Amino acid sequence: MKIHIKKIILLVLVAIALCALFLSYDLPSNWGYSFERRSYKVLAIIIVSCSVGYASIVFQTLTHNRILTPSIMGFEAVYLLFQTIIVFLYGDKTFTVINDKENFFLSIIFMLGFAFILFKFIFKKEKNNLYLLLLIGLVLGTLFHTITSFLQLIIDPNDFLILQGSIYASFNKINYHLLWYALTVIIICFAVGFRQFKYLDVISLGKEHAINLGINYFKKVRFYLFIIGALVAVSTALVGPIIFLGILVTNLTYEIFKSYKHAILIPACCLICIISIVGAQFLVEHVFSFNIVISIIINFIGGLYFMYLLLKTKKV
Amino acid sequence: MIKTTNISKQYGDKIVVDNVTIEIPKGKITSLIGSNGAGKSTLLGTIARIINANHGEIIINEKNITDYKNRILAQELSILKQMNHLDLKLTVKELVSFGRFPYSQGRLTEVDHLKIKEAIAFLNLTELENNYLEELSGGQQQRAFLAMVVAQDTDYILLDEPLNNLDMRHSVQIMKTLKDLSVTKNKTIVMVIHDINFASYYSDYIAAMKQGKLIHFNTTKNIINPKILKEIYDIDFEIIESNNKLICNYYN
Repeated sequence: MKIHIKKIILLVLVAIALCALFLSYDLPSNWGYSFERRSYKVLAIIIVSCSVGYASIVFQTLTHNRILTPSIMGFEAVYLLFQTIIVFLYGDKTFTVINDKENFFLSIIFMLGFAFILFKFIFKKEKNNLYLLLLIGLVLGTLFHTITSFLQLIIDPNDFLILQGSIYASFNKINYHLLWYALTVIIICFAVGFRQFKYLDVISLGKEHAINLGINYFKKVRFYLFIIGALVAVSTALVGPIIFLGILVTNLTYEIFKSYKHAILIPACCLICIISIVGAQFLVEHVFSFNIVISIIINFIGGLYFMYLLLKTKKV
Repeated sequence: MIKTTNISKQYGDKIVVDNVTIEIPKGKITSLIGSNGAGKSTLLGTIARIINANHGEIIINEKNITDYKNRILAQELSILKQMNHLDLKLTVKELVSFGRFPYSQGRLTEVDHLKIKEAIAFLNLTELENNYLEELSGGQQQRAFLAMVVAQDTDYILLDEPLNNLDMRHSVQIMKTLKDLSVTKNKTIVMVIHDINFASYYSDYIAAMKQGKLIHFNTTKNIINPKILKEIYDIDFEIIESNNKLICNYYN
């Protein structure tokens, strides 16, 4: 237990150091404006990291595996589909019909709906099979992606420009106007979820053990699926989809923290996520001078790490 | 006491448990026997609320299980299923500590620590308590899970093939442990078991299932009888009496 706390403190220090470096490196003499912009960026990265880390760990616990993440199960695809449908319906009047704030909260409600459907049709089933889950996830993800591209193909090119703003966000093009709403949502998610992390510890033993130990299994699973829905909406709204990130950071967390306690795993995963994104973004801005995008770095390192994981498990 | 009334469970068109009504006596060991697919595990699962029955009701201590709070029921009744594979970094002690979750919700008290220690010692795992589960053999893992159930300290213990993965020495050890639990602590133990001789030697009552129906339920002496066993398993049995216990020979 003590060693875990030490590791967490170390991660906090590294994260703070990296953020400080990111904020202060090569500031121009008239630093006020740059500093403010960079602070917003760091804040956005922290919000996104916390939502990705939190959502991925919880999702992996609920599904008892270490490869699936919400983005693979089509959560992000649902968000993109929703955005596309709005523009498809309202065209260039989108902005007059619905403002960014309303859009954001509507998206969250929509994601909660998706989480509920997932719960009803997959988790409520008695025979729960991981491969079936994976298959359903991939099929759903692809289906939503295809519908999204189809809709994007037939809408007016001018309307498509509106869409681009909202769905092709990235770490270089963060939707800053949503920052405060996103921050509120994520604080709520942590506040309501934190006291229940102990139930996640029990759920990680499996459904039958969890029921045996007196957990209201289905209620907890539904609760956490809702949280995941809201978290994915937050991160996708701010910076768009980042598929590989969840797998990378969760597995790093399991590797570093050999623990089953979610009160440790979840904060640790958020910190690791902050460190990797701030680090990668620093490289993008100052080493590669914006010549590559962060997703390439994350996918490159994530892919290498994933291959390492596969090779390692093969040996055993 | 555990009492089920007209329990039925079907998956699609297949009826797995068919109208089972049984009253399991308190403080005794009851074995559930029958061939594969007879519905034994499903019946056990419905009693433990892991599987929802389509019909019927289950009464534990004069109270329907649906009227219990989850946490309270978990202090009355525990179940251990046959497949216990975990992909978790967990030591034996941490696993056994989970058995106290219904009482302390993760914050272990003095009493909890004592019960955990007791349970670990009860299953001879004290030397292994800080080992990770994945380092243990199948039999040791099975004992660790049993220790969790012992730490849960419920009056009713349901076990689905507790001897799975165990060699003869450990099987006998576990059965003696269970017998001990039922005699000294007045626990009611219901288990699905395939080895008829273990059932015959250690249980007080035997319930036999065939094609989802409960076909016999009686004291062990009355069940271990060539005619009844043939009806259950469709093979011939020879019953040998030794030391006042009945042993079955069905190997020919």
